[in-house]
Amino acid sequence: MTRDEIRATVLRVLGDIAPEADLASVKPDVGFREQLDLDSMDLLNFVIGLHGALNVEIPETDYPKLATLDGCVEYLAATGGGGR
Amino acid sequence: MPILGADMSAGTLVAWRKQPGDGVKRGDIIATVETDKGLIDVEIFVSGVIETVLVQPGATVPTGTVLAIIREEAAAPAPPLAVEVPPPAALPAFRPPAPAPPPPAPAVPGRLRISPLARKLAAELGVDPATVRGTGPGGAITREDIESAASPKPVAAEPAVPGIGVDRQTRMRQTIGAAMARSKREIPHYYLSTTIDMQRALAWLAEENGKRPVADRLLYGVLLIKAVALALREVPELNAVWVGDRVVPSEAIHVGVAISLRGGGVVAPALHDADRRSLGDLMRNFRDLVQRARAGGLRSSELSDPTITVTSLGEQGVETVFGIIYPPQVAIVGFGKLVERPWSVEGRIVSRPLVTATLAADHRVTDGHRGGLFLAAVDRLLQEPGRL
Repeated sequence: MTRDEIRATVLRVLGDIAPEADLASVKPDVGFREQLDLDSMDLLNFVIGLHGALNVEIPETDYPKLATLDGCVEYLAATGGGGR
Repeated sequence: MPILGADMSAGTLVAWRKQPGDGVKRGDIIATVETDKGLIDVEIFVSGVIETVLVQPGATVPTGTVLAIIREEAAAPAPPLAVEVPPPAALPAFRPPAPAPPPPAPAVPGRLRISPLARKLAAELGVDPATVRGTGPGGAITREDIESAASPKPVAAEPAVPGIGVDRQTRMRQTIGAAMARSKREIPHYYLSTTIDMQRALAWLAEENGKRPVADRLLYGVLLIKAVALALREVPELNAVWVGDRVVPSEAIHVGVAISLRGGGVVAPALHDADRRSLGDLMRNFRDLVQRARAGGLRSSELSDPTITVTSLGEQGVETVFGIIYPPQVAIVGFGKLVERPWSVEGRIVSRPLVTATLAADHRVTDGHRGGLFLAAVDRLLQEPGRL
């Protein structure tokens, strides 16, 4: 899966978690929590969504790496998200 | 129209999920109503057959209005039993002797002046006589008064109902404001606070989540909720509601959890039987509850059953929560953020993750002594997370 595909998947999962969010305006280097007013339940659902969409195991200790869009893309690309 | 909290005065019937002639059993969802808390699924608390519906989709009616008549399964062939949907008691799980917050005051304070016939009719129609203004001699409640109270009335004709014609967000602020003002006016709050060392709980949680698949992982907040639920077993006085002029204990432990809504506002639906559920079960229920609270689809019992609310504002950076009790509940427990601070352990100063837990409780029901025991129990339970 390319980085663009990973990015699109991350945004799609994010849209499921926060349907009211304007995903086009998400700043890639700013934390989701701050931008979208997400709480710990949202972030857990986000991780579960990524796991389901990309079939990637994400240990809890890695959650901080998923705090931003850029961070998600880097992490998931490095861990083989999407099987590649 | 069920009373789904002290701040609800009216609701709009959105759709019937069952039709006349349909059989229903306890726990079935028979209608969807819209309130300031969103779309709520109305459960039925009897089993039987729907005889007739009295309110049509789209109608906004005050709480307490009979929505449908149901013939109970075990009822004699005639006459049919009229049943409110659900029963007018605000807390159906433990059936308080009188329903919660009646807006109109009885014509005569103290003992109700009501004829036996009118009282019987009120019971049949699911009308609380305490909410009916009597027009008979000396303010006595007559049969006609009960029948009138049972008839659906469009809210537009009720000038006292707030918020008609304004947007939902404004209505929610109004209703929350009304409930909190009532709480501050009527409930003599007392406040307690304690600091809890969370090191053991967090270490246990990290280890436990390392063993769980991602979809089954636990949130820290679930440990807090379970500890509160178990502490209520030890201090059952705090597991109650205040109805009229007395406390009504609850046998089951239904913990309300404050959930912020997107776009503003808050609801605090119940996690039912929180003390008896495993942490995994509780987490699944919590996830489901948050999802439904935000997307619509809470059940009426989830809004009417809690005796206590847990609110956690730590993620917002709050250190200490000074809660306001949500009537008719008798307490609210607040948790602040985890802070790493110096802490004395066996004579040594060490750094520990600490959380401030607070209790706001109703002085009509408990004193600081019991409240203190409750917070101490929460602390002790969190020191043994593996036993939660």
